[in-house]
Amino acid sequence: MKDPYESLGVARTANDKEIKAAFKKLARKFHPDLHPGDKAAEARFKEISSANDLLKDPEKRRRFDAGEIDASGQERPQERFYRDYADGPAYASHAAQDGFAGNDELEEFLSRAFGGGGQRSERSFRARGHDVSYALPVAFLDAANGATRTITLPDGKTLQVTIPAGSEDRQMLRLKGQGMAGIGGGPAGDAYVELHIEPHAFFHRKDDNIHVDVPVTLQEAALGAQIEVPTISGAVTVTIPKGSNTGTTLRLRGKGIRDRKTGEPGHQFITLKVVLPAGEEPELVEFLKNWQPKHPQNPRKEMLS
Amino acid sequence: MMRIDELVAAIDALQASDLEAWVREELVIPQQEAGTLVFSDAQCARVRLIATLRYDLDIESESLPVVVSLLDQLYDTRQRLLSLTAAIKQQDAAVQASIIAAASGGSGA
Repeated sequence: MKDPYESLGVARTANDKEIKAAFKKLARKFHPDLHPGDKAAEARFKEISSANDLLKDPEKRRRFDAGEIDASGQERPQERFYRDYADGPAYASHAAQDGFAGNDELEEFLSRAFGGGGQRSERSFRARGHDVSYALPVAFLDAANGATRTITLPDGKTLQVTIPAGSEDRQMLRLKGQGMAGIGGGPAGDAYVELHIEPHAFFHRKDDNIHVDVPVTLQEAALGAQIEVPTISGAVTVTIPKGSNTGTTLRLRGKGIRDRKTGEPGHQFITLKVVLPAGEEPELVEFLKNWQPKHPQNPRKEMLS
Repeated sequence: MMRIDELVAAIDALQASDLEAWVREELVIPQQEAGTLVFSDAQCARVRLIATLRYDLDIESESLPVVVSLLDQLYDTRQRLLSLTAAIKQQDAAVQASIIAAASGGSGA
């Protein structure tokens, strides 16, 4: 038990008025009901009230000064403060439901959201720093193959972000301990980075598969050919079968995105698009004029029936 | 639960006339029982708080209702925050993170 003069911060020669004034000042600062968010207030207030109870009574004070009683004899009986009820679950009907969050959760949340958490005194306040979140634009191929990026935060701090291969749009990365610094020695908060994956000019992702439209010439489609086709991991040579058409789909096995859970790679699907020559081709025109197809066809038959 | 006479006896400085005035002003709300006034545990704690405000902190009788009303608003607001926090705690981590980011005025983007 602390010395009551020390608790109130008064001299041993202080008169009643000075004691009352000292108590009043400290009570304003530490009364738990006036500071419902400050957990340390209750212990401090009990100490102050015990000291006040002892020193405001001339007889008790005389006996204490004479060494006849000690400060612990003056401890107050366990007292329940109003805040114990008013902050409690039974206070209002809406608070009495299941899953009611206790004070700790409220304080934790407030300190994460607002950094400070009410009127706590700095010296006893220790809290986790709050979390920060950022949006990071990522190029399509960086997301598909994985990449490391350095981002510079508004406060000048830099953050190394590893983008895992196969990252998805709006995926959230959690960088533990990279948020705001803790308060009073508390741990730092986390940084959350939301990946915003940019669309690619010709690659389209669907689950773990990559889809791409590949233009081929009339000759390549009709006669078959070996052509170079881009994949997310570089160009590969693909054989176009003879008699391919617009809409013909080829599968490049294992050339898609590696599944983050199973490690199995997806595939790349290429859809051919036959393109006619860009410039004038009089020979072709001449040939077509005279051409009698062996199998005359009406490709719009189904649309018109 | 305490009867009004027990409560007056339990709190050192408390004057019966003051407590009766607080009841009239509805700063505390006891129940009528067998011809006397009875205070629940929460109301007893409230009387102790008001007594501290009045006698230890020397708040004038006229100002007392203002202070008590502000305290009631503080506790009411805390209750709402508690419910809100409970609701937020039930959300996914990502949702919680964006709420916190928005509340702390972070860049969020």
